Amino acid sequence: MKYLCLIYGNEKDWMDASPDEQGKIFAAHHELTEEAIKRGQMAGGEGLQPSHNATVLRVRDGKAVTTDGPFMELKEQIGGFYMFDCENLDQALELAALIPEAKTGTIEVRPCMVFDDPDA
Amino acid sequence: MLNRALDRIVREESGRVMATLIGTFGDFELAEDAFQDAVQTALEHWPRDGLPRSPGAWLTTIARRKAIDRRRRRVVARDKAPLLRDELLIEREGEGRPDEGDPWNDALPDERLQLVFTCCHPALSMKARVALTLRTLGGLSTGEIARAFLVPEATMAQRLVRAKRKIKGACIPYCVPAAHELRDRLEGVLSVIYLVFNEGYFASSTGPLIRRDLTGEALRLGRVLAELLPEEPEVLGLLALMLFHESRASARATDDGQLVPLDEQDRTRWNQEEIIRASALTERALRMKSVGPYQLQAAIAGVHAASPRARDTDWVEIALLYDLLYRTDPTEMVALNRVVAWANVKGPEVGLSRLEPRWAESMPEAYHLTRADFLRRLERREQADAAYAAAAKATDRDHVLAFIARRRHALQATT
Repeated sequence: MKYLCLIYGNEKDWMDASPDEQGKIFAAHHELTEEAIKRGQMAGGEGLQPSHNATVLRVRDGKAVTTDGPFMELKEQIGGFYMFDCENLDQALELAALIPEAKTGTIEVRPCMVFDDPDA
Repeated sequence: MLNRALDRIVREESGRVMATLIGTFGDFELAEDAFQDAVQTALEHWPRDGLPRSPGAWLTTIARRKAIDRRRRRVVARDKAPLLRDELLIEREGEGRPDEGDPWNDALPDERLQLVFTCCHPALSMKARVALTLRTLGGLSTGEIARAFLVPEATMAQRLVRAKRKIKGACIPYCVPAAHELRDRLEGVLSVIYLVFNEGYFASSTGPLIRRDLTGEALRLGRVLAELLPEEPEVLGLLALMLFHESRASARATDDGQLVPLDEQDRTRWNQEEIIRASALTERALRMKSVGPYQLQAAIAGVHAASPRARDTDWVEIALLYDLLYRTDPTEMVALNRVVAWANVKGPEVGLSRLEPRWAESMPEAYHLTRADFLRRLERREQADAAYAAAAKATDRDHVLAFIARRRHALQATT
């Protein structure tokens, strides 16, 4: 089962962080990536640019309307994500707990749809 | 009468049968349906053929077949060969007349512990955990659980369906957590059981003072857990704590259902057998030298239980235990009870000075009741009366309101 781990946090915290602090966070992400690969559970992940670089798109009556993002002006925005492929939720939670932002922000762990199982 | 006996057997065996079925099929809903099928079959066979030697094993064997039938119907419809192969394996294992099943211990592994940890998984809401535990492990019907928590049956059914879907959809594992996680996860399990007990013992809703259906069920779950994890001191501590409460149940209410506070209870009505069992459990737990909040609360209850009269109570011991408890469980309610304990050592004046005004906001009923009691003991009658009035405003429990009315009446009588 694939689990998408959405990293929610205050963007200002990240931008205000010193290069030294940012370096530590990068190192922690690197370590987590290595660990997930070692466990054979790494299925992707990215860090995202600030939410003010986002574009919002809607197609209504066949017409595409784009506006300046983000979708919602919230204090906590999605700053990045991981995709883990695990046997169960506990394994995914174990990896998610290693995401450095879990200590300051919030991680939402969402199981992905499985299309060959109509009960899911 | 036979039906009542069957009901009782089905209730008692359901936790273990359900655990085995969920373990085998990995599907709560299928397990539940198959179990119901098996109960139906039992209702047809048992009155005619007599009770099987091991009703649990009998029910499990039948339920497994029913589950395979149900799944095969679904699987064939979807034409999934690999799944079918697994099920044929399961089927071969389940062959033979059900009555020839060996007694539990040889025939089937006990998977109730896995079931407990799945039902009480922290990814589920507390309400869902309670409902699911009572349904699958306790064998209560959806209607019974709905009535116990005073919600419409449809709401409870919905809650259960959502919880089961989440377990399946998010792949919440069916396993006992690894050793390094066990204690953390166990805390969540214990809190579910204690919540069920408290809902019965300190009935937060209006109505009878003690809901025996809920306290009885919590005690049963506590015993099962103590049987499965006999080396976990907090498990024993919780069972001891519930037994201490239970031992006082009949002295805690008058015949007409009025609440009797601890210091006014007729202690000869305390159930000594339960006290002895609870004390032994507490001692066994404390000897394991890993103290926790349930053991400390049990130890406090044990000090009360050991006092033949209220005035013999060793309040110094209790106050010191509350100091320890506050260190392991620094909640406001513990802080308040600690103030009460020390007030019994140093006097109500000290108690009054240590009450935190902010508790009036966070737990108004307990705060005003405690404050009123201190003022009453200091004979500051008008202030005590006002505090009781504030407490009355903060509660919706009938028996608490009746208790407050009696106290206010007594205050009037002495002026």
